[in-house]
Amino acid sequence: MEHSLKIKIKNLDFYYGDFKALHDISLDIYANQVTAFIGPSGCGKSTLLRCLNRMNDLIPISRVEGQILLDNKNVNDPNVDVVTLRRNVGMVFQKPNPFPKTIFENVAYGLKVNGIKDKAYIASQVEKSLIQAAIWDEVKDRINDSALGLSGGQQQRLCIARALAIEPEVVLMDEPASALDPIATQKIEELIHQLKKSYTIIIVTHNMQQAARVSDVTAFFYLGKLIEKDDTETLFTKPKLQQTEDYITGRFG
Amino acid sequence: MNKSSSLLRRRKLIQIAIFGLFRLSAAINGIALLVVVYFLVARGWRAINWTFLTQPPREAMTEGGILPCIVGTLCLSLGAILVALPIGVASAIYLNEYARPGRLLRAIRIGINNLAGVPSVVFGLFGLAFFVVWLKMGVSILAGSLTLGVLTLPVIIGASEEALRSVPDTYREASLGLGATKWQTIYKVVLPAALPGILTGAILGVSRAAGETAPIMFTAAVFYTPSLPTSVFDEIMALPYHIYVLATAGTEIEATRHLQYGTALVLIVLVFGLNLIAIIYRARLQRRM
Repeated sequence: MEHSLKIKIKNLDFYYGDFKALHDISLDIYANQVTAFIGPSGCGKSTLLRCLNRMNDLIPISRVEGQILLDNKNVNDPNVDVVTLRRNVGMVFQKPNPFPKTIFENVAYGLKVNGIKDKAYIASQVEKSLIQAAIWDEVKDRINDSALGLSGGQQQRLCIARALAIEPEVVLMDEPASALDPIATQKIEELIHQLKKSYTIIIVTHNMQQAARVSDVTAFFYLGKLIEKDDTETLFTKPKLQQTEDYITGRFG
Repeated sequence: MNKSSSLLRRRKLIQIAIFGLFRLSAAINGIALLVVVYFLVARGWRAINWTFLTQPPREAMTEGGILPCIVGTLCLSLGAILVALPIGVASAIYLNEYARPGRLLRAIRIGINNLAGVPSVVFGLFGLAFFVVWLKMGVSILAGSLTLGVLTLPVIIGASEEALRSVPDTYREASLGLGATKWQTIYKVVLPAALPGILTGAILGVSRAAGETAPIMFTAAVFYTPSLPTSVFDEIMALPYHIYVLATAGTEIEATRHLQYGTALVLIVLVFGLNLIAIIYRARLQRRM
């Protein structure tokens, strides 16, 4: 299956104040694939992920140079509206962060803030997203209960449903299973497999087995630099660089 | 062996002693409140009856009731909250959500902190000069409410900022990540989550406003008026000022002692009542989450 280019990162540098967190990153990301970012803590993989939906805008001292092209359009262009960008590039965070609202309201939130008022459409979209996120059966009888009453794994799948409800093109996942137990993790991983049929998925993970299991392409980062990127299978079996091999075999990091 | 077990005993004894001290400190608070309430009830309960609560004062305020004072204090408290809550919450949102750290933000914060330390009689004089005289409001509910509102502002701003700060950033990120604007994020996610804390600030504010004497004595309260207010431009009687008047300026200070305690009792009950309403409302909000 031929995949089309979705995101092109070109010579990207990123600074927190005087600290250069990303050095000259160039990377292509393809549609309907799962791309994994791996590397030790502080290597810049989450920073890069948060550049893609400009979540780093929230940090006043941050600065970005170089280009990120989403469908050939620079996301940092002054003409690009960050609200629209984030609507198209959804995000699932490390810790499940449902709003202190009902399950229904959590999933409907993205639709409502984007100006959708049709109640029937919202209801059908909520159901569809919850089914897609493989949590519908567990919550369908208590859809108007608080989301905070769900378990951690359920909360994270709810957050995925919330991200899917507005039908983004790209879904960014920042260590989505790091706060979850193995069973919940397995559910999330199966879900990622399903989701790549409709979405472009980028996942940051500390867990190399997870990267090997869920991703098609893996990029290895170290100290703010992209060290190696390849098909996941190739990268984990025949890495080209010694540094990559040391990391994936657990010799450092 | 023996040495270590005696050491353990010693450590446990120290722990018991320290906890005892903490418990005592907490108990002193409760006891202080009980003593105050006991005094008020013991000396004031004879004054409380239906006439006292529903009639204006008579016979140079040695007979009759305190209805105008109750109504006046309710009006002033409500007015102060109406003034201070919107401005206070809006300021807190600006300071906590929009303002970029810098010299201006620091200056505003120093200003608010200083405002909180200004003696209430100074607010009274300010209210007299600014609202009563310069803005030509006269001695009125409006001038008194505005003065009390200004006095209450720092409390509400402080509590609101604290409440906004305690809303986890993950909520903001989740909302922005779904394509919500900053204002939608604040209005739909941050404010509802912060509301119980903001309400606590409002409770503290209204309690303080209801009991203040100095800010209203030049701006809203009068010595005596038998009629109830019909507009915000009317002057009124108020409970704290009435106590002050009975206790210092009347011709029958000793004879009205029980009325003074009775009025104080009504004021305390009123403040407790206001607090109770807000606490119940707050608990209901929290249950909804």
